[in-house]
Amino acid sequence: MSSEISTSTKLKQQNNAGRFKFDIQSYTLIIALVLIAIIFGSFTNGEFLSSRNLSNLFTQMSVMSVLAVGMTLVIVAGHIDLSVGSIVGLTGGIAAILQVWNGWSTVTVVIAGIIVGAIIGLWQGWWVAYRNVPAFIVTLGGMLIFRGVLIGLSKGQTIAPLSSSFGQIGNSFIPYVVGYILAIAAVVLLFLSKIRSRAKRQSLGLSLSPAAMDYGKISVYSICILFLTYMLNRYLGIPLPMLIVVVLAGFFLFVSLKTSFGRFTYAIGGNVEAAALSGINIKRTVLSVFIIMGALAGVAGVLLTSRLNAATVSAGTSYELDAIAACVIGGTSLMGGKGKIVGAIIGALIMTSIDNGMSMMNIEAFWQYIVKGLILIFAVWMDVANHKK
Amino acid sequence: MEALALQMQGITKEFPGVKALDNVTFSVRKGEIHALCGENGAGKSTLMKILSGVYPSGSYSGQILINGKEVSFKSIKESQVAGVSIIYQELALVEEMSVAENIFLSHDLMRRKVIDWNKINTEAQKWLHYIGLDIDPEAKVNQLTVGKQQLIEITKALTNNTDILILDEPTAALTESDVEILKGILMDLRSKGVTCIYISHKLGEVMALADSVTILRDGQTIGTYPIEEMNEDKIIAKMVGRELTELFPYEPRKIGETVLEVENYSVYDKKADHMIIKNASFNLKKGEILGFSGLMGAGRTELFISLFGGLEGKKQGRVVIDGIDVHIQKPADAIKAGLAYVSEDRKRYGLILGMDIAKNSTLVALNKIIKLKVIDSHLEMIRAEEITKKMKLKAPNLEAKVGQLSGGNQQKVVLSKWILNNPKILVLDEPTRGIDVGAKYEIYKIINELAEQGVGIVIVSSELPEVLGMSDRVLVMSEGEIMGEFSRAEATQEKIMACATGGKKR
Repeated sequence: MSSEISTSTKLKQQNNAGRFKFDIQSYTLIIALVLIAIIFGSFTNGEFLSSRNLSNLFTQMSVMSVLAVGMTLVIVAGHIDLSVGSIVGLTGGIAAILQVWNGWSTVTVVIAGIIVGAIIGLWQGWWVAYRNVPAFIVTLGGMLIFRGVLIGLSKGQTIAPLSSSFGQIGNSFIPYVVGYILAIAAVVLLFLSKIRSRAKRQSLGLSLSPAAMDYGKISVYSICILFLTYMLNRYLGIPLPMLIVVVLAGFFLFVSLKTSFGRFTYAIGGNVEAAALSGINIKRTVLSVFIIMGALAGVAGVLLTSRLNAATVSAGTSYELDAIAACVIGGTSLMGGKGKIVGAIIGALIMTSIDNGMSMMNIEAFWQYIVKGLILIFAVWMDVANHKK
Repeated sequence: MEALALQMQGITKEFPGVKALDNVTFSVRKGEIHALCGENGAGKSTLMKILSGVYPSGSYSGQILINGKEVSFKSIKESQVAGVSIIYQELALVEEMSVAENIFLSHDLMRRKVIDWNKINTEAQKWLHYIGLDIDPEAKVNQLTVGKQQLIEITKALTNNTDILILDEPTAALTESDVEILKGILMDLRSKGVTCIYISHKLGEVMALADSVTILRDGQTIGTYPIEEMNEDKIIAKMVGRELTELFPYEPRKIGETVLEVENYSVYDKKADHMIIKNASFNLKKGEILGFSGLMGAGRTELFISLFGGLEGKKQGRVVIDGIDVHIQKPADAIKAGLAYVSEDRKRYGLILGMDIAKNSTLVALNKIIKLKVIDSHLEMIRAEEITKKMKLKAPNLEAKVGQLSGGNQQKVVLSKWILNNPKILVLDEPTRGIDVGAKYEIYKIINELAEQGVGIVIVSSELPEVLGMSDRVLVMSEGEIMGEFSRAEATQEKIMACATGGKKR
């Protein structure tokens, strides 16, 4: 009897130790962000953290973030998509052509851009899932094909200008009041869902983490949300692209954690053979992942074209690498099966911050490449070192 | 007394928690063909891995003498230099390379700065000729039959001035004509003074080829005997001569009506030119535990993976579950029909190691915790908690990654995953492989409870005591065929072994 008790206390201790270690790991990214904020903030006399620059930063990171959300799913499923840069260029280009040359309305060209992206995803996913061609090859081919199609369709010209309503997608801001309402709604939702979840766990007799810790965390998130809204409202308000990113990331966060599709995606990336023998339809799931990636690349294409108010033949070049880097910095494993959408968003924020901060400090552009490259290697090395322990 | 080519004395090798070899003695005379026999897990392969330096000296205790001189190999390379070559059951050829390249892959001829291809090809030709093979040295290995590939392996071994050639189950994948060629080559090598150690389950071949035989059982030497003194039955008796010491919680149960009926079921390999499973017919009743015995490679795993829809390749025959004809094309069909399959390789086919316990355990029955397309995480935790408690899983918490658990607890997660889906038929392929005794007993109890509840259970196992101790009925497979059926009362280790080693169909 006494030995039983001692094992159960031991298990509890291990339990706590496990949780503590886990927390340190997941907060590495936050620590990195804070460090970046402090370093750039002090080198730019606080200009980096000004309302105006924060607004710029969140607008700048929007295209990469949308891509990183889809890329997280692709990489978690154990694949890769090298063609997203070209899809961004092509979908943005098609949207611009339809509007500037054919006079389509903004709503229809946005929908057209996203649908073209989804169809491209269908094409690539079919090759990967149903024809067993490695995703690396399919999307490397796609990278060339879609860039080629873009150059052909646009006849090598820059297509501009777009209508002002199209331009607003990437360049407008949420009115102050609406911004505050959204922020407060988000905070209320956070608290409500936590209360509900705790009540349910209690009624089901599941273990609860201390209330102070749970609500403390939520409070910190809430303060961040409200403070950020305040900072952005001091300038022009929450940028619309940022809101789009938040909505998309939130939706796919939900999909990845709370739907069977999300669960299957992780299972396939974690161990495709075990997943197959568990009755999971591997082909259909992988196909869906690529369709989502394509559609999100379509969204990113529309955003980029809108922000630039023009579609060029080189738009989106090398964006796939930025998106992959954002995922990897955010803790997604290229081996598949492991990765978080929130991590990818923070990864995108880190990458964009480095671009933004270094150019504010008037450091020559070549350094940005070098620093980003080193951070990428460093992030993965940290992950590998953590695994060894 | 003739000179001894090899003496292994007092060899003891321990793995964490298991004594694989216990004071084993093994002596081989110069120029003889010496068979090494024993059940699966008796320690044959471990002993040969020690001899060939796979387990370096220091990782075991005991002494090895070759031609009377003590040796201690720290690597495979060192054993090769001393004239020991081992040929494994799984071929180690580079399929995309030519015969000549493979033969000389690790040879000094390849280590030169500039490789003299003409020399390599003519040398290879010479060796092929020596061994009596008519093969173009520039042909690619993947164009040859498996049998010919095996012979290339032997040629490769001989180029290293081999004195002692170890063949681990060389005929497992060979056709009969290839076996004849191999026999000829071995006889020829014996006349040339090469010593052969021959590991095989096929006792007929052992009797025909070997000069003497050493028998291992449970990591101990039972004895070495001249072949003239032995026959197949005597060898079997010495291989299995052991009491059922392990405890099996068997209780007679009420056995219900037939739940699974398989008729004339055949499976072809991917190219559809070779039958892996030949006309298998059997049935399984509700609440029955049906043992499937046989040697490794007898086709038991393939039969059940194929029934479960997890194998590519043509198949034919009739499968009836609960009186309804089913046509299972993929695992999802099998799951829908009420089948569950616990694989012999849980890390590869059973678990998502990087996922936590709760998510692994609900993977098959995910639909049961989904409401309006959304996973109910709370319900998931409850279901996971219930089922893992039933399985007596020991883990820090349900959010621990499965990869961190011990073998026994991992197996309990796999069982949880399948049992949560309430299968009608549960197939367990080597359910206790690599699991410690305590956890084994718990798993046996779970199996019995499930049978009590009316689940039809198949246990595929290479451990005879497990099959005999758990089963109501035992089927024996050999080379893709069901060779015999024994009731619990008639089944003995000797009968099963005789049937599994290619005895007559009964």
